[in-house]
Amino acid sequence: MRDVLTVAHLTLVEARRRRIVLAGAVCALAFLIVFSVAVAFAYREMVANPRMSFVERQLTLTMIMLLGFMAANFLAVMFAILLPVDTLSGEIDSGVMQTIASKPIDRAHIVLGKWAGHLILAFAYLLLVSGGILLTMRIAAGYVPINVAYAIPLLMLEVALSLTISIAGGARLSTVTNGIMCLGFYGVAFIGGFVEQFGAFGGVQSLKTLGIIVSLISPADSMWRLAANYLQPEIMRGSGGLALSGSVPTPLMVWWAAGFTVLTLLYAIRTFRRRAL
Amino acid sequence: MIETQSLRKQFGSTLAVADLSLHVGAGEVFGFLGPNGAGKTTSIKMLLALVEPTSGTGKVLGAPLGNRAARARIGFLPEHFRFHDTLTATELLRFHGRLYGLRGIALDARIDRLLTRVDLLDASDRPLRGYSKGMMQRVGLAQALLNEPQLVFLDEPTSGLDPLGRLLVRGIIDELRADGVTVFLNSHLLGEVELTCDRVVFVKRGRVVDERRLAARAETFELELRVEPVNAAILEGLTRFGSHIVAPRPDQPNQPNQSNQITVRIESDAVVPEIVSWLVQQGVRIHAVQPHRKSLEDVFLDVMGDDERPG
Repeated sequence: MRDVLTVAHLTLVEARRRRIVLAGAVCALAFLIVFSVAVAFAYREMVANPRMSFVERQLTLTMIMLLGFMAANFLAVMFAILLPVDTLSGEIDSGVMQTIASKPIDRAHIVLGKWAGHLILAFAYLLLVSGGILLTMRIAAGYVPINVAYAIPLLMLEVALSLTISIAGGARLSTVTNGIMCLGFYGVAFIGGFVEQFGAFGGVQSLKTLGIIVSLISPADSMWRLAANYLQPEIMRGSGGLALSGSVPTPLMVWWAAGFTVLTLLYAIRTFRRRAL
Repeated sequence: MIETQSLRKQFGSTLAVADLSLHVGAGEVFGFLGPNGAGKTTSIKMLLALVEPTSGTGKVLGAPLGNRAARARIGFLPEHFRFHDTLTATELLRFHGRLYGLRGIALDARIDRLLTRVDLLDASDRPLRGYSKGMMQRVGLAQALLNEPQLVFLDEPTSGLDPLGRLLVRGIIDELRADGVTVFLNSHLLGEVELTCDRVVFVKRGRVVDERRLAARAETFELELRVEPVNAAILEGLTRFGSHIVAPRPDQPNQPNQSNQITVRIESDAVVPEIVSWLVQQGVRIHAVQPHRKSLEDVFLDVMGDDERPG
């Protein structure tokens, strides 16, 4: 356990020194500034519009909030993929790993330490952006979304899954190949989600089934769709639009995503243990 | 300290190490020599469990390859040592010390001692990105000695070092020898190896092809003779005085050799008068006798032969 903490600590120090955290925070801040300005203007306009009812205004604010969370989710997933993309492969290529792995340390602890360190950073990033959205909605429009306590853990699971895939890929592939593979994996999930929604709205069962199969292969995006469903009031669910809640992943998909994360982490450990350094 | 039997490593269709059988004794400064691509680094990596052998067995410090308890007593300086360049030397050493299970004041004191020894104390709080190649190599050497190891693997330790740096490394190896630490040295700088190693083996295409003891300087003298006649009886008689007798073969058995050149590897130049005396007794006319000690580079070139190309 001490070794895991030592490696995790080095990962955090390294991320701070390389200004990765700073770059991520600047991007998050830029997004939140744009988002808060947009919310403030939209709310002022809505309040000034006498024909807009309270319910319509709340629904519109929910859509704006979902838009914000969609962007936050995308940024957090990219952060989770790109942050650790070279953490194993890069250190193997540069020879840094030889010095570490020759020490009396189980290679599993190297993987777990790096995973834990990057996970802390990715969660911090997600919570920073999500917290910024919630705060903006509250201050600028007095809007408080529902089921945040359900939605945020789902997004955290999505981030953890994306990050784990990135680390597992790095245990086997070169940095560039791993980056392409991870983005492709997420892209497939994203497209699969759309296919499933279109299938659900158009009543085309084959498309819906295909989307579900894709979600099983790559369950990351389904966590976002489930989180989005939780964040909307009952009246909006199943109505489609931005939230794409025509076909909602079942709670079983959450277990699958969690299991997928664990299995991927075990694969990373197994692969890295066998890898010639 | 190190015992291997027929270690072999194959990467796909590429055979990196064909058959590595080694014995390295305690307290020995051992040189592992060979041209580029001979499988030296892969061999070291197998001994350190960085690479899993395809076949064969081995023990390091009495334990099977990869044993964690044994690794706690091993130090390793890889070829072209590198680390996260945002860290300072102190931070780098603290991280590696923790991986060895060292903590607190004892670790800090050890770090200070080592940084002083490798002459980096004044640069210890600077990020590694500002270090020269030689400074990196020296901080790498310090991390290899953090755990006061019983066995140290040094893969090209003087790579990138200026003469002063090389002298410093040589001094550290001498200190390790004095402390009874076993040093496994892989280097292309044969002059350095000759000055520091007790024994060397030569690796060619993944096999140990020769071995020499350097500390006693045994079998490093070569005697060149130009005599007449050179025949099978003379060559046979010279085996009493030395080994590795080389002379162009006569076209027919028992016929004189026309070139009259013979080289004999001898243990010491003290045997030269005996050889001359014996040759005279045999009625051989002696045109030239030239003893000279072969440098390790000469030996290396002899062992590798003409079929080896620059790597």
